[in-house]
Amino acid sequence: MSILFAVLFYAATIVLVAGLGLKVAQYVRVPAPLKIPTTPAPLTQGGAAFRVAREVVIFESLFKSNKWLWAMAVMFHFGLVLVLIRHVRYFIEPVPMVITLMQPFGIYGGLLMIIGLFMLLGRRLVLPRIRYITGPSDLLMLVLLIGIGCSGALMVNFVHTDIIGVKAFFLGLMTFNWQKLPADPLLYVHLALVAALMLVFPFSKLLHVPGIFFSPTRNQVDDARERRHLAPWAAKYEANKTMP
Amino acid sequence: MADFEIPVLNEIPVVPTPKPGATAHLKSFPATKQHQEPLGYPGELVDNWQTKAIEVMGELLGKYRSLPVFLDSCVKCGSCADKCHYFLGTGDPKNMPVARQDLFRSVYRKHFTPAGKLLGDLVGAREMTRELLDDWYNYFHQCSQCRRCSVFCPYGIDTAEISMAAREIMDRIGLGQKYCNEIIGKVYSVGNNLGLPLKALNNTLEGLEEDIEEDTGHPIKFPVDVHGAEVLLVTPSADFFAEPHIDGLIGYGKVFHQAGISWTLSSKATEAANFAMFIGSYENMVKISRRIRDAAIELGVKRIVFGECGHAWRVAYSFLNTLAGPWDFLDPRYPVPQHICEFSNDLIKRGAVRLDKSANDHMTLTFHDSCNVARGSRMGDFEGGQLVIPRELIKASCGKFVDMHPDTIGEKSFCCGGGGGLLTDDLIELRVKGAQPRMEALKQVVENDGVTHMASICAICKAQFTKVLPYYGMEMGMIVSVHQLVSNAILLGSND
Repeated sequence: MSILFAVLFYAATIVLVAGLGLKVAQYVRVPAPLKIPTTPAPLTQGGAAFRVAREVVIFESLFKSNKWLWAMAVMFHFGLVLVLIRHVRYFIEPVPMVITLMQPFGIYGGLLMIIGLFMLLGRRLVLPRIRYITGPSDLLMLVLLIGIGCSGALMVNFVHTDIIGVKAFFLGLMTFNWQKLPADPLLYVHLALVAALMLVFPFSKLLHVPGIFFSPTRNQVDDARERRHLAPWAAKYEANKTMP
Repeated sequence: MADFEIPVLNEIPVVPTPKPGATAHLKSFPATKQHQEPLGYPGELVDNWQTKAIEVMGELLGKYRSLPVFLDSCVKCGSCADKCHYFLGTGDPKNMPVARQDLFRSVYRKHFTPAGKLLGDLVGAREMTRELLDDWYNYFHQCSQCRRCSVFCPYGIDTAEISMAAREIMDRIGLGQKYCNEIIGKVYSVGNNLGLPLKALNNTLEGLEEDIEEDTGHPIKFPVDVHGAEVLLVTPSADFFAEPHIDGLIGYGKVFHQAGISWTLSSKATEAANFAMFIGSYENMVKISRRIRDAAIELGVKRIVFGECGHAWRVAYSFLNTLAGPWDFLDPRYPVPQHICEFSNDLIKRGAVRLDKSANDHMTLTFHDSCNVARGSRMGDFEGGQLVIPRELIKASCGKFVDMHPDTIGEKSFCCGGGGGLLTDDLIELRVKGAQPRMEALKQVVENDGVTHMASICAICKAQFTKVLPYYGMEMGMIVSVHQLVSNAILLGSND
């Protein structure tokens, strides 16, 4: 079982990093030939960066749209961030003070995340217009995240696992000094689901994570009259009068 | 009056329950050979249209970053679902922006993503069938590319970008839309959207000059092809004869006259609008934009000013520098191009043009922010100037002004229902229903605040409202041009 999980996590990491890398490379390579910021838009580069940051951190546009949905999204994403911070201690030794101090918040974060996810799932099933746009993969994604959250929360609160052993396993993976993974069915479930999440990440709607940074309607500066914006293929078209 | 049900105007907006297929019968006339070929598109659906469509989709994915980013990023959260005026007015779920995008996204998934190739239906991947192509045609011509959905999307996904790409693909496999392509053809063959020949234009302008002189006693001129004029005015051809557009044109003429700034129209560029944006065609956008550059060079003008036209202003403000720049031969002290509202407001603020608001005392105004101006451009030198400057201009011309509900103006403004290449009689049912959210907000200020008129700075908005207001029991004359108000209030003669 330890070998299986070791291979699984190496594979998942490679797929995640390479898959995301290729996607980001595509987003970088393909130009945005026209100025299309959704206006009113910032007039400076710094302003545009701040706009993207607001989308990433406080979900500004979602807040404009729908306060309930925004609250559910915040519960899930902020909960997840706290959980992830809490998990840092399983991957580094010694554990920094900040991470130690954050441990209890990670537990509340986990609960917040699970509640948020159930609310998002309920919304998909109950609201007719949201049910219409929901496909099987949208439900599976929520179920996967709920599975990860619940298996984790169970281990933290009720069926404790050998966390020292888990940490040794992952430190071993990272230093190529392989250790045994504690034999615990709930842990197996948790880790298998996490690996599945890493594997589907670059091929699913989770691409909204890199996507937001490349969204031209959000990251472009409103300076169309001041600066001539010309994509490389458009410049070729201008020079040769034939579309490349 | 109509063989369809006119939507109800509620006090508090209601989001409809999805009614699948509610607008499946609304199909604008497809283009024929004679509309397709002058634009460089095949005259009819090509034999291998499926392969060709996928090929063009691949090409566009490599040219426009917005496409892969928007197609990959959507999480189906539904934030946009209740933001489209066509969904709100018709209830057809395929008019929810996310569902509209999914018509495109499903084919993208099938042919350009590993997940779609492997898992198909599970991740919403679909083959490009004839049935799906028909859905594309219907529903990508039920999007006015107004960008309201992009305001509310947490990733800034703009359905307009998707619908432009879809229309480009359809054009290139031989399934264009008559309305847009016929108009672009007219720009190439006659010089403007309405197919107004130069002789008729000259006659109209001469008649206009005589009428205004009779009316005001001042010799307001509408010059054409005057070499060495300071300003080239590019305005939508509707300004030359449609109501209330022409009252705006009279306003521009009076402002130029009173400010003593020489100006000219160009017989080469008698149209501001660039309908090639609606069909997502970069090549045709360039071709239409170059007319303006050529006219400016030929006439030796120093500045370019655009008249009241929403989509024209988006292309002018946001794209013109890209498509037909650089503009280094013009006077560097002024932005290129300028909007007539920026131009007039500046003159008024500096006291070069004076107004007497009492001329408009019989009206209480509200302002309809045109979508492409509000969400796709700017005016002035500050963020949001496109929302502030027209209002300043209205308030300088008129004593009574009331804004509509904040969720329906500014960046959240509702489309008039006729933008993006849908202002055609074969889509009248869609246009009437799509106007519902705007009509609802208007009715509210009419009843609560005594608003009598709604001003607009877009030729399409003006034409659309003139047509749809009566369906909702309101007067078509309620819609006015912003420069019509300026025209009424301007003090002609000595500025002393």
